[in-house]
Amino acid sequence: MCLAIPARIIELDQDRAVVDAMGNRWKAKTTLLPGVKLGDVVLVHAGFAISLVDEEEAKKTWELFAQIDAFESTQNRVSG
Amino acid sequence: MLDRITHAQQTIADSCGSLDRPITIMEVCGTHTVSIFRSGIRSILPEKVKLLSGPGCPVCVTDQGYIDAVMQLADRDDCLIATYGDMIRVPGSDGSLETRGSKGNIRVVLSSEDALQWARERPDTTVVFIAVGFETTAPATAVVVKEAAAEGIENFSVLCGHKLVLPAMRALLGGMNDRIDAFLCPGHVSVIIGSGAFAQIVADYHRPCVVAGFEPVQIVEALAEICRQLAAGKAELKSLYGAVVTEKGNVAAQRIIDECFEPADGYWRGLGRIAKSTLALREPYRRFDAFERFGLEDGPGRENPGCRCGEVLCGLIEPAECSLFGTRCTPEKPVGPCMVSSEGTCAAWFKYGRARGRGK
Repeated sequence: MCLAIPARIIELDQDRAVVDAMGNRWKAKTTLLPGVKLGDVVLVHAGFAISLVDEEEAKKTWELFAQIDAFESTQNRVSG
Repeated sequence: MLDRITHAQQTIADSCGSLDRPITIMEVCGTHTVSIFRSGIRSILPEKVKLLSGPGCPVCVTDQGYIDAVMQLADRDDCLIATYGDMIRVPGSDGSLETRGSKGNIRVVLSSEDALQWARERPDTTVVFIAVGFETTAPATAVVVKEAAAEGIENFSVLCGHKLVLPAMRALLGGMNDRIDAFLCPGHVSVIIGSGAFAQIVADYHRPCVVAGFEPVQIVEALAEICRQLAAGKAELKSLYGAVVTEKGNVAAQRIIDECFEPADGYWRGLGRIAKSTLALREPYRRFDAFERFGLEDGPGRENPGCRCGEVLCGLIEPAECSLFGTRCTPEKPVGPCMVSSEGTCAAWFKYGRARGRGK
């Protein structure tokens, strides 16, 4: 449940942001991370940015998610 | 990457070689549990290294008394229930939110903000937000409680079930499970409380605490660091997740938690009542407390008969030692929360552990 996803802030109006991870976009609030800027990569949990993330770390996580996606779709094909 | 794994494996092997006893490491984070299983980390560890999944899944540690309070709310006609999806299938003493949602009174939300928004849209009735989760999730609840207070949204209410990880770790080390040699500390809880928060556990109990993220290589490296410390007779605090976690944590989030909540004694599944281990709304926000508003109690609940989730959560038994595991209790028809939650230990064992067992 503590799952959090790194995503880039692509729109920002006060503490209301739109974030993007691998082309998926959703709304998030930056209330807990005052001072973030457009373009920052943040860790988003339950609709809130909770931490700044460095670019390299974010890329690793995105790659990991992509691998899991690919792996699970293979699994589904095998079992289905 | 292979170099890093080989190096970590060598450290683990060397450390095990110099110790004449097994090494027991507990992780207290559901996301770690899943990552460890999914990546097959157990299969590359020597038999001497035993990994235990502790009370790291918020849904799993939520006591039956709280679940039953949620069910009582679901049966009322004067409130709507907004919940994170994780809670929807958790069985109470009689049914789950899933089986009671026929009246359209239950909505799955991805954020506390969605719960508050529902309250704005439905001023005629009270929206109760089922607020579970550790320190990672509590700030999101605090933000909307403050918003509700500022906007005067009095038809919003929170059934506060937030829990704190450190008191549970202390309870385990304080006598509930004396086999734990070290902790793999939760990455995203640490984002909020800071890696430095575990220093006191290291000092008081002389157990290594290593904070790690969720990349399998980093988890293996954290296990290697723990083994290295144990072999050297040391207990230190280390963080390998510096890319995301700072020593002090998210101070703004800590501040808003303190502003809205105060630590309170509370019940955990399996661990029982732990002093100052849960968060309760404090003044001037207490009027949003659903326990008070609806006269509910968060007492100790009655476990479903035969369910041994409590012992699983304390690392006292492995899921397969429960007679319901895989027979009467499966992910499709779960009896206990550790099988319901995708991050639950039993669900992970069922999905990944059994498959491996069949291969042997």
